[in-house]
Amino acid sequence: MREAVARFVADGAAVAMGTCLEPAIPFAAGHELIRQGRRDLTLVGPISDALFDQLIGAGCVGRVVAAWVGNVSEGLGHCYRRAAERGVPRSLEIRDHSNFSISLALWAAAWNAPFMPTRTLLGSDIPSGNPDLVPEDGWVRVQPVKPDVTILHVQRADAAGRAHAWGPMGISEEAGLAAERVILCCEELVPSEVTLSDPNRVLLPETKVVAVVHEPGGTHPAPLQGFWKRDHAAHREYASRSRTAEGFAGWLREWVLEMPDRKAYLQRVDPTLRISRHLFSAPVDYGDE
Amino acid sequence: MSSYTAQELMVAAAAREIADGELVFVGMRLPVLAYGVARSTHAPNARALFELGLLRDSPAEAFLGTMGDPPNVVRALWSTRMSNVMSLLAQGLADLGFIGGAEVDRCGNLNTSYIGDRAQPQVKLPGSGGGADIAILSRRWVTLMSHERRRLVERVSYVTSPGHGDGTPGWRRRHGLLGGGPAAIVTTLAVMRFPPEGGEAMLASVHPGHTVEEVKAETAWDLRVSETCGETEPPSALELEQIRRLDPEGFWTGARE
Repeated sequence: MREAVARFVADGAAVAMGTCLEPAIPFAAGHELIRQGRRDLTLVGPISDALFDQLIGAGCVGRVVAAWVGNVSEGLGHCYRRAAERGVPRSLEIRDHSNFSISLALWAAAWNAPFMPTRTLLGSDIPSGNPDLVPEDGWVRVQPVKPDVTILHVQRADAAGRAHAWGPMGISEEAGLAAERVILCCEELVPSEVTLSDPNRVLLPETKVVAVVHEPGGTHPAPLQGFWKRDHAAHREYASRSRTAEGFAGWLREWVLEMPDRKAYLQRVDPTLRISRHLFSAPVDYGDE
Repeated sequence: MSSYTAQELMVAAAAREIADGELVFVGMRLPVLAYGVARSTHAPNARALFELGLLRDSPAEAFLGTMGDPPNVVRALWSTRMSNVMSLLAQGLADLGFIGGAEVDRCGNLNTSYIGDRAQPQVKLPGSGGGADIAILSRRWVTLMSHERRRLVERVSYVTSPGHGDGTPGWRRRHGLLGGGPAAIVTTLAVMRFPPEGGEAMLASVHPGHTVEEVKAETAWDLRVSETCGETEPPSALELEQIRRLDPEGFWTGARE
């Protein structure tokens, strides 16, 4: 993880994360960005639960291009509030979207289209604060949003960058296709025989993937289908401690800055959050002759 | 089963907004419970859409903190990408949507973005999520919120999710908005309804234990009272049983006696 983040995410980069909304959020990658002290990032995402709030609180972010920043089960994002209301720890440029419009902006970039027309956002004030959303007569022009890097966490991947992901995908596909490059974090690193046995399940072309990081538990406290439940208590604790800047600083020290890596972090995670009731799908037949 | 929380009553009232056979854009929090109640009572053929990429019939078998919790994916009818779900919404195929609000006005416009000046807000709220999309594109929608004078305002300072605009008849059609707009506001004190052609919210029923005067005092505009305004029907034993099955610890519906 350390090497992937160091090599492929520069200061000032536009980074898409949390593209499945609540599940499969690459928290481990976000925490590594904080440890390496990235600055002036543009965060791109729909609803990415509390990850964006943490990166904003740590001072890594200069611009937010998103539909929602907060804490899904708890409500407001306190670091987001401090940054937007008082410029603490620094001020932010906010380019608001809806979930639909951020998806369209990424598809526009993925297809190399000059813009995407949509009927959503008519009558809303959202376009008035975002130069990428231009109201026309009876429709809205959505300008492309192109991430420098999209970071995804999937259930399994092979070393060549073929990811198998399941569960709801949110905007992962358009974020991956639109991005200059993709960092894949995976729960299991598997031989290519596994991924190639089911090419319909491969999320993205391997040509987009620049790094594969084997990072079990990398989505905690977000859930991952088949592997991890959501840690509601951790979200509650984060909401309560991040209410003040001092409280957030203490949380950040304990869970991010003084945590050498995800392995050490997982030592402190409730082991009952690991999913134990497994429900396997029926295999499919790719027979050819 | 005589006692219940304000949130349990809201869930029951919201559930009754769902008609059998409807496609419901569910969202988060209390509407997830409302959908589960409706499915188990009067709307056994309803289906639920979740914007992260899910279609369901039966509600999840375990508690959900978010729509993305693993139990919501088990036995889903469809697990897909968000843009596929949005395609149904964009075609006007979602009969009913639910949107949470921080601030709502007389004409049903919702603000979930900025309280105060946008450049230096007094409170930065999380933003739209899928709220604006639901408000503009679903056939009708319902909002749930805590009934406080600071939240039910004459005119929201920022329209995240448009309702009936300035309240003039046909405002939505004139501005190209696809769906019919807000049908009802369900709060901790009352249910308010909008006329089908748009306009302003009227008090439709007051929850048991509260009065019209109290509701009016907690509403910042001069709330008109419908001629048929009565008492909100309390949750039935069956509705409460379903709510408590889906939220056994009262995470969403509050402390119970």
